[in-house]
Amino acid sequence: MHLRSLPELGLLLLAVFVLLEGPVPSLGASNCKETGHGEGADGERHGVGNLNRTKKPFPVLSLEYDHIKTPFEISLWVLLASLMKLGFHLIPRLSGIVPESCLLIVVGLLVGGLIRLAGEDVPPVLDSKLFFLCLLPPIILDAGYFLPIRPFMENLGTILMFAVVGTLWNAFFIGGLLYAVCQITAVKLSHIELLPCLLFGSVISAVDPVAVLAVFEEIHINELLHILVFGESLLNDAVTVVLYHLFEEYTVVETVTVLDGVLGVISFLVVALGGVLVGAIYGILAAFTSRFTSHTRVIEPLFVFVYSYMAYLSAEVFHLSGIMALIACGAVMRPYVEANISHKSHTTIKYFLKMWSSVSETLIFIFLGVATVDGDHSWNWTFVTVTVILCLVARVIGVVGLTYIINKFRIVKLTTKDQFIIAYGGLRGAIAFSLGFLLDKDHFPMRQIFLTAIITVIFFTVFVQGMTIKPLVELLAVKKKQEAKRSINEEIHTQFLDHLLTGIEDICGHYGHHHWKDKLNRFNKKYVKKCLIAGERSKEPQLIAFYHKMEMKQAIELVESGGGSKLPSAVPSTVSMLNIQPKKPSAPKPAERALPQLTRGREEEIRKILRTNLQKTRQRLRSYNRHTLVADPYEDGFNDFLKKQKMMELEKKIKEMTNYLTVPAASLDSPTMCRSRLASDPQAYNMKPSLDGVPTIKVDLASPQSPDSVNLLDEFKRAGQEGREDEQGLMMKPPAEPRGANQHGKEDEAKDPQKLMRCLSDPGPSADEDEDEPFLP
Amino acid sequence: MGALQSLSGHPEYIDLAEKTGFSFEQIGVLHKRFKQLSHNEGTLRRAHFNEIPDLACNPIRAQIVEAFFDKRNFHQNDDGTIDEINFEEFLVVMSHFRPPALHLTEEQRGNVRKEKLRFLFNMHDTDNDGTITLEEYRHVSISMLSPGRKNVPLMVVEELLSRSGSLEKETAKSIADAAMLEVASISMGHMEPDEFYEGITFEHFLKLLDGFEIESKMSVRFLNMDATTLCK
Repeated sequence: MHLRSLPELGLLLLAVFVLLEGPVPSLGASNCKETGHGEGADGERHGVGNLNRTKKPFPVLSLEYDHIKTPFEISLWVLLASLMKLGFHLIPRLSGIVPESCLLIVVGLLVGGLIRLAGEDVPPVLDSKLFFLCLLPPIILDAGYFLPIRPFMENLGTILMFAVVGTLWNAFFIGGLLYAVCQITAVKLSHIELLPCLLFGSVISAVDPVAVLAVFEEIHINELLHILVFGESLLNDAVTVVLYHLFEEYTVVETVTVLDGVLGVISFLVVALGGVLVGAIYGILAAFTSRFTSHTRVIEPLFVFVYSYMAYLSAEVFHLSGIMALIACGAVMRPYVEANISHKSHTTIKYFLKMWSSVSETLIFIFLGVATVDGDHSWNWTFVTVTVILCLVARVIGVVGLTYIINKFRIVKLTTKDQFIIAYGGLRGAIAFSLGFLLDKDHFPMRQIFLTAIITVIFFTVFVQGMTIKPLVELLAVKKKQEAKRSINEEIHTQFLDHLLTGIEDICGHYGHHHWKDKLNRFNKKYVKKCLIAGERSKEPQLIAFYHKMEMKQAIELVESGGGSKLPSAVPSTVSMLNIQPKKPSAPKPAERALPQLTRGREEEIRKILRTNLQKTRQRLRSYNRHTLVADPYEDGFNDFLKKQKMMELEKKIKEMTNYLTVPAASLDSPTMCRSRLASDPQAYNMKPSLDGVPTIKVDLASPQSPDSVNLLDEFKRAGQEGREDEQGLMMKPPAEPRGANQHGKEDEAKDPQKLMRCLSDPGPSADEDEDEPFLP
Repeated sequence: MGALQSLSGHPEYIDLAEKTGFSFEQIGVLHKRFKQLSHNEGTLRRAHFNEIPDLACNPIRAQIVEAFFDKRNFHQNDDGTIDEINFEEFLVVMSHFRPPALHLTEEQRGNVRKEKLRFLFNMHDTDNDGTITLEEYRHVSISMLSPGRKNVPLMVVEELLSRSGSLEKETAKSIADAAMLEVASISMGHMEPDEFYEGITFEHFLKLLDGFEIESKMSVRFLNMDATTLCK
């Protein structure tokens, strides 16, 4: 019962909105008029001599809707979109069968219908300006920033072939055949000329990134297919832009010469490369700016967003491909920006991008539904059905033909199954509609027919193809995305292979892919990184950066899993570092620990403080799936965790857990650690240099969630247990000097508990109780 | 036509083609390169490899060169190293990098994968004992993380490293340790605290890189080689 109430709430809300829309404007207007009239009359009388001023009672409560109308409506739409999204995910059966995009379109239809029923004019929501300037950029930026560069670059040739040649083929095939069909006099469509048909073909042939993202995210196919279809949908924007403008221009003029064709090709190159160039420039600017933000961490995310948006707008100014600019900007700036900004900023950027793109996508689909209801459609059976059929046929032929050529150059060939998925995944979406909407009514009298056909194709692809692709993927047993964690061995070997293959190519004397990739990497390392990355991080090799990331991730998983009921995904084996180390001839005596001997009372106090400070953490997902970004399996277990008994379990588990950790001690000087400390603390935090020979347990003030706090828990367990045989086998220990040097004995021990207590009770200047999760690596 | 032409000139190519799976064209091109590298002497020595300028900045140059002189890579069930190789042996080593053919059965694909992984394994296992010990693995990660030290033996490198360099070396060691631990966890499952994991055997190595798709990753395109790029 409760579950169903949310969608109903949403419907109720929009009913309210509809009702408000009606009477309120008239009310507001009349109110204004009244006061205006009153004002005017007043002023007159005032000028006359302040006689006979009529006094109205002071309006205690008045209604003035007009001046907040637009923001109010926008907010209401966004609220509706978000509530719908919420509602769908609460009904699990539905979201399993029907992709979200379909549901949202249906909601849009309902809303549009309701508004229509209420007698109001449906607001022209899918206004092209709104779409292209506000709704589309967040989605594209999200896609571009989190684009997996390696698979993208490896398959770039294939992607470009599909995007450029495939779209061209589609456009001309559909346009040409449609014209031929229209010429059949029986159809009564002979007023549609060739150029409008070609224009229509170019509009309808582009695969839409929004729709592809929405559908493909839910089916989890393997990375290769995902990147092929998605990359194609992003890069075909340049082709679409050029073709669109070309045909639009020439429809007015009505003649096309060879020169125009050549200019078109040049224009395409300019549009595509220019867009990428503009994006890259802004990306480098953003990276450079982020180098200096170490003292103003709070506005770091803003730079990323603003620079990217500026790149998009700048590209649009020159009629270059805004989408490609945005992708280039995001992809170029990412490695450098991520090296410079704090972890919290990184989290902020990620969450904001996901949030905006999610809302945008939802709104786009809802608006599609609304706009369907709105438009005055002119339905022509022939035109529409022929369009749909031609779209499918053209896509299939295009994919099969291109794959035949592409496979000659690929190492990993595309199988028939792959081709089917690529062809089937060519979804059309709102971009096509908006482009159609942009058409000038005067030059294109057949605009309505076009729009109807476009909407039908969109509906067909999103509903039919979107709904059936998941079962088809299951049926054909297409390889799914591997959920395997990226292990350090794979990372080592990826890099090793890179070097190896580059070496082999050099021996062969063959300037192949690896050779150029290696050259680019070296150039990057030598010059670019030095400019764009602040401080020490510029010299950090990629392997080390990866390794530190893994450390952090495991630290977080450790804390998080300690509170839950399940073990972390770490390999449940009892293999520890002990088993790896070659046996030393004489194992060093388990040295005395510098651990303070805590009294029971103190221990309880520490436990209580830890309990209140340890917060739930969220598991990081590697994918860029915006629906399941926040997976929180341990949330329910957290409440139990607060109980005392569970606390004991936690301690026990952590003791066991430390055997499972595969990463040895993180040096406190490592850049990642430094950043994590700096990030939590507004003031730059200096590590006090440790005095030689004094065993100290350094507890970081900055954040109780730092791995060091886990240290303490760890240490407590060991108080009283036998010492370790092998010092190197410890996990997550501070870089204490060898514990044998414990000459300063009692004095330090007395000092240390104090230090510990002080540290624990004061979590630090910026870490407050309701602070969010610790940074996600 | 071209194939027949080269065939008539070099009848030994048939044998080589059969043995390594290269096409006649590819063998011809590689032969040219071999002659160029060896200055027409007929055998290659390590010194010849060191003359290749691009190879000098490769961090794992030493291991790559060693791989060419490692008898285990000659498919003759022999081990040890030799000092000179002829063209046939050169070609056999190169054949490890051939892209897999289009239509392979699962078994054939498995064999290809095994062969390539064996090559990698031999590169890591420098002392020929059949396991990659922790020291050898450390050597791998250290060499990858400290590029640009040309022709300097490892001992000297340790002395020459500055403070920041030694930090890197420590991290390199930890990375190798972590990687080793991972292998052990995957392969061995449960181990008693006093058991000792000797090193990565070939079976463990196979298991480790199971999902890595090495048959497609470890390939060099020998397709588009033309003589012009070889002139160096």
